[in-house]
Amino acid sequence: MISREVDVVVIGGGPAGLAAAVSAKENGAKSVLVLDRNSWLGGILPQCIHDGFGVEELGVSLTGPEYAEKYIDMADKNGVEIMSDTMVLQFDKNREIIAVNKKGIHRIRAKTIVLAMGCREKTRWNAMIPGDRPSGIFTAGVAQAFINLYNVMPGKNVVILGSGDVGLIMARRLKFEGANVLGVVEILPFASGLPRNVVQCLDDYDTPLFLNHTVTYIRGRERLESVTIAQVDNNMAPIPASEKEIKCDTLLLSLGLIPENELSKDAAVEIDSATGGPVADQDFETSIPGVFSCGNCLQVYDTVDMLSSYAKVAGKNAAEFKSGRKQKKKSVRILAGKRIRYVVPQVVNESGSVSFTFRGEKPCGASTLYVKSDGQVFFKKKLRFVNPANMIQVKIDISPRLLKSSKTLEVSISEK
Amino acid sequence: MKNFQVGIIGGGVIGSAVAWELSKYKIDVVVFEMGSDVASAASKANSGVVHSGINSPPGSLKARYCVEGNKTFQALANELGFDLKWVGKLVVAKNEDEFEELERLKKAGLQNEVPGLDIIDESEVKKREPNVSCVSALWVPTAGVVLPYQFTIALAENAAINDVEFLLETEVTGLNKKKNHFLIKTNNGDFQTQIVVNAAGVHCREIVSMVEEPDFQVYPCRGEYLVLDKKYSGLVNSMIYPIPVEESGFLGIHITPTIEGNVLLGPSSELIDDLGDRRTTKEMMNMLLKEAREIVPALPDRAVINAYSGIRCKLTSPESGGWADYRIEESKNTSGLINLLGIESPGLTAAPAIAKEVKNLISKHVELTAKKDFKLKKRKGKRFSERSFRERSNLIDKDDSWGRIVCRCEHITEAEVVDALSNPLGARALSSVRYRCRAGMGRCQGGFCSQHIVRIMRERFGMDIKDMKLSSPKSYLFHGRTREVEDDQ
Repeated sequence: MISREVDVVVIGGGPAGLAAAVSAKENGAKSVLVLDRNSWLGGILPQCIHDGFGVEELGVSLTGPEYAEKYIDMADKNGVEIMSDTMVLQFDKNREIIAVNKKGIHRIRAKTIVLAMGCREKTRWNAMIPGDRPSGIFTAGVAQAFINLYNVMPGKNVVILGSGDVGLIMARRLKFEGANVLGVVEILPFASGLPRNVVQCLDDYDTPLFLNHTVTYIRGRERLESVTIAQVDNNMAPIPASEKEIKCDTLLLSLGLIPENELSKDAAVEIDSATGGPVADQDFETSIPGVFSCGNCLQVYDTVDMLSSYAKVAGKNAAEFKSGRKQKKKSVRILAGKRIRYVVPQVVNESGSVSFTFRGEKPCGASTLYVKSDGQVFFKKKLRFVNPANMIQVKIDISPRLLKSSKTLEVSISEK
Repeated sequence: MKNFQVGIIGGGVIGSAVAWELSKYKIDVVVFEMGSDVASAASKANSGVVHSGINSPPGSLKARYCVEGNKTFQALANELGFDLKWVGKLVVAKNEDEFEELERLKKAGLQNEVPGLDIIDESEVKKREPNVSCVSALWVPTAGVVLPYQFTIALAENAAINDVEFLLETEVTGLNKKKNHFLIKTNNGDFQTQIVVNAAGVHCREIVSMVEEPDFQVYPCRGEYLVLDKKYSGLVNSMIYPIPVEESGFLGIHITPTIEGNVLLGPSSELIDDLGDRRTTKEMMNMLLKEAREIVPALPDRAVINAYSGIRCKLTSPESGGWADYRIEESKNTSGLINLLGIESPGLTAAPAIAKEVKNLISKHVELTAKKDFKLKKRKGKRFSERSFRERSNLIDKDDSWGRIVCRCEHITEAEVVDALSNPLGARALSSVRYRCRAGMGRCQGGFCSQHIVRIMRERFGMDIKDMKLSSPKSYLFHGRTREVEDDQ
C-alpha cells in the first residue's frame, strides 16, 4: 500500500476535474492531485471531435480535443499532479481515498476532495425495450468513441433512439462516414438536445426526427435486423396501429445521462434523486464536510463551458476549505416547485449572492420565475421561454435575515 | 476425417457435464457446439438454482437425478472452483387456501428424501425476510444458487484441460449410422464416432430425426427473466417461490438472489413454435414485475438492468397434462445413440447425476479405464475486487495488469479479462469474457469496458475488428474500420 497526503484530490480528470484542479491550485492549494481511470485526460472531450466548445467561455470555437488541451496545459503550468490509469475504489468521510493503478494500491489522505466523476449513458434496459438481444446496439457515446478514438465503424444503417446532444452529434458524424441515418426517434414532443444541434446535425442533412415516437421492439437473432417504432399517446404509451418496422443494422441509444455517483453513495454522500448528483450547498460542498462536487456528476450541464465555470468555483472553495472551521450554522433547503425539475444548489447555509441553476419540466413560452420563502415571494424574474434542454441560471441575493427566517426556499415557474 | 470414440452433440450444461465425466477416462471425446461458447442457450438463461428435489414426483427420474445431483454439488464446487451458495428457499403461501399446498410439497419432499423441510409462520418469515409478504412458508434449506454459465464453463474447461476436444461454432448438419460407427456431418467437416450423445437440448428431436423417426415431440417453452441492479441485493436473502402450479410442473415466478448480488425475477412460461425465439416481451416484463410485487411489495421501480429469456425443452403438450419425465436412454433402433431428452428444470442440478448415468450407458460399448493423469484444475479463485488490499498489492507487484481496472461497474481488471480470453475452449466472443470474469455485466452493461476489451482483443490476441462478435457466430460487433489507414492502433 502506497500512502501519502495531499491538499486537494480531484476524482476524475475530465473537463470538470481539470477546471476544478487548476482553480484549486490558483487559489492557494499547495498540492493538487487529479486521479483518472483513463489513460488520457479530458474525459469524454477527446472523442468529441466536432467544434463548438469554448464559445461562451473562451470566445472561440474549439473541438473537444482542443478544448481539453487548453486545460491540460493550464494544469501542467500550475503544477497539478496527475495520476492516470488510476481507478478510485472508495473514499470515506475522513477523506481517505483508496485507488489502484499499475504501481499498486494507494491510500491518499486528502484535506479536501472534489468529486468530478462525470456521468454514464442510460442503456436499453433503462428504457426496457423488449425483443431480441442482437449485436449492433450501442449507446451513442460508446459508438462515438469507437469511430473517433478507435477508427471502428459501428454499422451502416442506423436508427438513433433519443434526441440527446450526443445522439444528434452522432447522426451527423455517421453521415460523414457514409452511414445511412434512417431517423432519430424521440418519445417527447420536443427534442432533448440543444436547438442548434437539431438544426446543424439533423435538419442540414435531411435526417428525419420522429417526435412523439419510440422504439417498441428490437429484432435480430445475431446482428440487429430491424427496429419497430411507434407513435406514443399523451401518456407516452405506444399506439399499436402506428407501429412500423425499420430495417437497420445498428441502433444508437441517446436516452440521457446518469451522474456517476457510485463512489459518493458508498461513502454515504446524500444524493438528490432529481439530479442524481450529490446534494450540494452554494459552495458545492456535499453533505460530507470537505467533499465538494462539480461537473456532470453533480448535475448534467448543457455545455462544457458552463460546466467548467462552475467547476472552477468548486475548485476554489475546495482550496479555501479549512478543516475544523465552524460548522455552517443555518441550513435552508431549496425545493423544486411547480414546473421545475430540479435546482442546484439544494441547500443554502450562508448569506450572499448565490448562483442557482435549474431546469424546467417542459417547454413553455414567456413565463415568470418565482422564489418563495415559506410561501412568500421574495424574488421574481421574467423568462422569455423555458426549454428543459436549456439550463436556467439566476443569481439571487440571500440576505442574512432571509436565511435566518426561512425554513425552505421554493423555486417555481408559471406561464403567462 | 477425424475419428473419436464419443461425439457429444451440444455444449450446454448436460453436454459439458458428460464431457467432464468422460474426461476422467482414457477415451477420445469431441463436443460439437453450434454457439460461439458453451452454455450459449438454456444453460446460461435459467435461474441457476441447485434444486432440492421437492418439486418432482416421487419415483421420477427428475426427482432421482435432482436429489442425487444436489448431494454432489458442494464437492463439485470445491473441485472445480465455481461459486455456490446454499441460500435456501422459501415457498410462500399468500393466503390460508394455499397453506395445504405447503403440506403437499413437504410430503413430496419427504418422499424424495429432501432433508430439513420446515413449515414456518408469518412472523418467522418476517424475521428472515422482512420484505416478503405471506401467511406461512415452507423452508427448504438444501436449495442453493450457482451462476449457471460459470458452472457449465467450469465443467467444459476442465474437460478440455483433460483432452476433450470442444468444437465451437460447429453445427451438426447430418448424422448417419454406419455398421460400426456414426458419420457426423458439420459445417466444419465430417467426423466419425463410435457413440453419439445427443445433448442438443431443445434441438434433441432434430438430431434423432437425422437417424430415425422420433417417437416424441418437443414443445419449446420460453421463460423470461429480469435482472435487478445490485443495489437491491438486500431485497431477499433466500429464494422466494410461490406455490407451484401442480399440473404443469411450472414452478412460478420466483425471486432469486444471485451469487453476484443481483436479484432475478422470473421465469415466465410460454409455449412457442420456434426453438430459437429467445425474445423478451413487454407483456412478460410487466407480468414478472407484477407477480414479483405480490410477494415482495417493496420491489422498486426502475431497478432492472437487464432482461433475457431461455427456452425449456418440454416433451409434453399442454393438452396431455404438461408434465413429462426425462428420457435418458440408448435408442432402441440405433445402437450407440444415447439420447438425453426433455432435460428441462431441474436439469442443471441433475446434470452431474445424468452424466454418471451416460457414462454407465457408454461403458456397455466401450471399455472405460480411468486416467492416471486426470487434472482437477480449479478456476482462479477470488476476483480482484473480492481480495484484501494486501493481496491486491501482491498481485499487482507480480503482474501490473492487475492494476488496470477495465470494468468500472464490477471493478474487473485487465489481467482478469486476459485470463478470460485465454480460456482453453478458445471462446473469444465478448460474452465469453462477460461470463468468465463479469466485465460488462454491471449497471452500465458494457458501456465503458467494451472499448477496453476490444483493445485487449486487438493488442494481446491479435484479433481483427471484423472477427469480433457479441455472443454467437454471426453477431458481428462492427462493420470493419471507419477507414483504412496505415499503422492503425
